[in-house]
Amino acid sequence: MKKIINEDTSKAVDEMLSGMLAAYGRYYERIGNCNAYRYKNFRREKVTLVIGGGSGHEPLFGGFVGKGLADAVACGNVFASPNPNLIFETAKSVNQGKGILFLYGNYEGDNLNFDMAGELCEFENIQTATVRVWDDCTSAPKERETDRRGIAGNVFIIKTAGAACDEGLPLKEVVRIAEKARDNVRSAGLAVSSGSLPGNEKPTFELGEDEIEFGVGIHGEPGVERSKMQPAHALVEKMYEQLKKELQLTKKDEVAVLVNGLGATPLFELNIVYHELNKLLKEDGVAVYDAEVKTYCTSMEMGGFSISIYKLDEELKKYYSAECFSPFYARGVID
Amino acid sequence: MREMTVEQATDMMLHVCDAIIGQKQYLAEVDSRIGDGDHGAGMAGGMEKAKAALEAKRPFPDINTIFRTMGMEMIGSMGGASGVIFGSMFMGGACDVPSAQILDSDILAKMMRASLDAVKHRGKAQLGDKTMVDALEPAVLALERQACAELEESLKAAALAAEEGVEKTKDYVAKFGRAKFLGERTLGYEDAGAVSVRVIFQTMKEYAEVQ
Repeated sequence: MKKIINEDTSKAVDEMLSGMLAAYGRYYERIGNCNAYRYKNFRREKVTLVIGGGSGHEPLFGGFVGKGLADAVACGNVFASPNPNLIFETAKSVNQGKGILFLYGNYEGDNLNFDMAGELCEFENIQTATVRVWDDCTSAPKERETDRRGIAGNVFIIKTAGAACDEGLPLKEVVRIAEKARDNVRSAGLAVSSGSLPGNEKPTFELGEDEIEFGVGIHGEPGVERSKMQPAHALVEKMYEQLKKELQLTKKDEVAVLVNGLGATPLFELNIVYHELNKLLKEDGVAVYDAEVKTYCTSMEMGGFSISIYKLDEELKKYYSAECFSPFYARGVID
Repeated sequence: MREMTVEQATDMMLHVCDAIIGQKQYLAEVDSRIGDGDHGAGMAGGMEKAKAALEAKRPFPDINTIFRTMGMEMIGSMGGASGVIFGSMFMGGACDVPSAQILDSDILAKMMRASLDAVKHRGKAQLGDKTMVDALEPAVLALERQACAELEESLKAAALAAEEGVEKTKDYVAKFGRAKFLGERTLGYEDAGAVSVRVIFQTMKEYAEVQ
């Protein structure tokens, strides 16, 4: 595989972070020698928000550390959760004695490692709570919601949880709001081509020239259905129908929408996706409070996109519209 | 061979590290079929750390410390589900069994039983869930059956049982890890974690045979 990396692939994550932190050192500082960093002006005297996950999804997760967002991030190896010590060190570095919320995608590896980190925190009397994101509604049926994966919907939930932390709410209340956000975000994605891992000789999966796979995970987990390539409107319609059903969207509902690129798909095509999605939402009378068409949650150079819909009520809207800023994501700063 | 000294056991585990590192691409391929392909890099990375620690810290005071050192290095470096699971496998055996100066079939069986318990406690997987437990549990049962035999014999039985366990994972539907999203589509494929367990026991067996 052609990748712009160096000979020793085991250093790729470290080098990626070093570059990123050198470029954006104005905002961020590394935690010791760890593959972890915090926002320089992280929250003081409040519940702090720690996120993390495997690398290879940039700008998630680390790009969502910043003002009004997460305080710190623990970065695992490519597509592998960070280890317990790394998460523990990350948590300690922003501990304010008010409790820490661990917010991350629902994967076995992340669950095991964050839980172990939570136990390490407990030994040092650092209170933690956990909210797992499971927005990908193609990954398991509704009855097994807690088996679902976390994908681009993370963006909305980090945003909301960050604003709740900013309010100075107690940990329990921050958890309630983060869970409420989580329960109102659904996503679905499809791939037109595979990504590949640094150091692996082959792409993670094979897709024919004229094939697409619906419901592919952001680590290349095979999806639910492989079919022939179709025009944008047909693809979007299929995804929208599923999301609409999941969220029971009806007339006058208000939503935030994210059309997210998986890595290799250009903004040109993502905008066409939103063009189609916007039409469908309008037809149904669903009000779009905010829309975003960008590449936030990737799977290395995977081609394809995901759609995330966030159903808002007045409370969630308040947190969603609060100011936030990172070099990769900003909301509410300029009206 | 009937039993091993601490030094021999250290050499054996260094061979295990090398074997996993050498199988990096193969493990990645097995994992790519139904997972995300990171198992090879993850295991090889963890074993690189474990190897470096074994070399730097030898000689060890007892058998337990060899396994504990490996487990701690793996948990502390790998991440992913395999970091915690394989790390717990090495740590569990080391922490829950009294200090041992020699490694014989009985000690190994006791250690690996503790390992299995630790892995199941952490990961919650049972036999038939298409995980590394499907290779580890039969290997542990084989070790327990051979607890009075020469170490070479018990390791031979464990390696065979692990291999059979890997074969059986082809008939199971994945219940854990990223493969679980595939459901029935995981049929016919072996579990990458189980393959790693097979490589570990196979290498231990080969070391015991050569000695």
